[in-house]
Amino acid sequence: MTQEHHSGQRREETQAQEQEATAAAGQDAGVDDLLDEIDGVLEQNAEEFVRGFIQKGGQ
Amino acid sequence: MGLETEYGVLAPSMPGANATMLSAQVINAYAATVREARGKIAGTRWDYADESPLNDARGFTQPRAQADPSQLTDVEPELDAEQVALAGGDVRIGDTLYEAGPYDHEVLMNMVLGNGARLYVDHAHPEYSSPETTNPFDAVLWDQAGDHVALAAVRRIESLAGVPDVHLYKNNTDNKSVSYGAHENYLMPRSVPFDSIAAGLIPFFATRQVICASGRVGRGMLGSYPGFQVSARADFFEAQIGLETTIRRPIINTRDEPHAHWEKYRRLHVIIGDANLGQISTLLRTGTTALVLSMIEAGTAPEIELRDPVAALQAISHDPTLTAKVELVDGRRLTALQIQWIYAEAAARHSGATDATDEATVEIQRRWEETLHQLETDVFSAASTVDWVAKYKLMGSYAQRHGLDFTDPRIAAMDLQWADIRPEKGLYHRLAARGLVETLYSPAQIAHAATNPPEDTRAYFRGRVLSQYPEHVVAASWDSVSFTVPGGRKLERIATLEPLRGTKALVGELLDQELSIREFIATLRS
Repeated sequence: MTQEHHSGQRREETQAQEQEATAAAGQDAGVDDLLDEIDGVLEQNAEEFVRGFIQKGGQ
Repeated sequence: MGLETEYGVLAPSMPGANATMLSAQVINAYAATVREARGKIAGTRWDYADESPLNDARGFTQPRAQADPSQLTDVEPELDAEQVALAGGDVRIGDTLYEAGPYDHEVLMNMVLGNGARLYVDHAHPEYSSPETTNPFDAVLWDQAGDHVALAAVRRIESLAGVPDVHLYKNNTDNKSVSYGAHENYLMPRSVPFDSIAAGLIPFFATRQVICASGRVGRGMLGSYPGFQVSARADFFEAQIGLETTIRRPIINTRDEPHAHWEKYRRLHVIIGDANLGQISTLLRTGTTALVLSMIEAGTAPEIELRDPVAALQAISHDPTLTAKVELVDGRRLTALQIQWIYAEAAARHSGATDATDEATVEIQRRWEETLHQLETDVFSAASTVDWVAKYKLMGSYAQRHGLDFTDPRIAAMDLQWADIRPEKGLYHRLAARGLVETLYSPAQIAHAATNPPEDTRAYFRGRVLSQYPEHVVAASWDSVSFTVPGGRKLERIATLEPLRGTKALVGELLDQELSIREFIATLRS
């Protein structure tokens, strides 16, 4: 009985931890996915792009 | 109110291309899309008669000879042979400029759009000046419409074989000493003393950046010092009050060019803001400013004074943790958030006392307070609404993943590419596509606003007549539209000096009758 109770509690704890981890992983996957995309769209030669971005005048 | 955007302009395959030339190409590309869509004339001359950029709100006029050439915005800029030649020696760049149209062999530098906006070449940038709106929500919508217009021009140029692509950026600096603006204009009663406007606004403007600026990598005008900062514009300001907008930039600009009845109105020309891609940041920028102006008009603005406003502006911008304290003349040292709270709480009291319970005011007050709460609890919790936070968070994640610091060229490239107006390349737009930023308006609503004017200001008259009588509108400005009438001996110049006339309620029915131009003018004159 006592043992069952303990294991039940442990199971709940483990589930909660898993849920948290999954949520965090889900978030990480989202961020990873976004950063993959940024890698894809960012100008290939960042240094040259930044150097070549020259504007004239302005208010 | 109305918003102006000077876009950064770049032709990557033609380094060194003349910026005025590229800007003119953007205007002419948009003119071509309008012509194509409507089969009507797109270019209307700007009427410079009522421009007075050297009038100072403090009650004097700067002598023309003492003005910097860039202040003389009341004359049509011209492209001379040298500038054309400077366009990289590539004659084909001009192809779109000279295609058959109503103004053969003529470069358009100015357009008035069917939504009442002005699209033109200003200081070597394509500039969109939104039509006049009566409230911050409409100001956001017609500002977004400008990005839609600019993107249409970019697409048009992309579609032309043999013409190098032109990219546009809704940002404020090239990080190499040059800054260009995103100005706001607020119509105010002339009776409000300018001194009280300046006093009430300076502490607000020094701190407003925390809720609505767009962020920048690099510090100093040249961006030569490393680090992320809150505002893109802060380091380009050198004075508290002044007339100039291109040099010695002041926190409060005194240009007194009301574009309306002079004795009744002033147009407060605000030059300190960052260009925003984000709709909520634009709403916070204009909405909170409008609330502060209401308090100034009523004499209920908080009485606080910064010891050194320009230094405070920059100290606040240089601290994205938002913990920097700035000194008031009474000796208190407060953070930007604390000063913003003083304004926000005063605005809530003011709205309560004046029974300003309209939906828009309540919504702006709510968002203002919510944003301040978020920023003081966890800065990054405001990433879906505050542009600089969204940008900073994205850069932080990227830097962490690749083990970079903020001096890496990839981070500098992200700063520029954040503002690329093309949805497939612009980093703001990539976040928006994933639903990571909050918006107010759908792409369909924005597209509609690109061709239709607001209905409750004189922009309605300007936009409608331009769409309906394009071949007869020969010139337009904020406060007039000039028509030619067949057989008439002179131009018919209709003054629109009252910004709240020319509305749909007043002229909508008349326009719907689709009268001939002669009958239309005769009815207007009667």
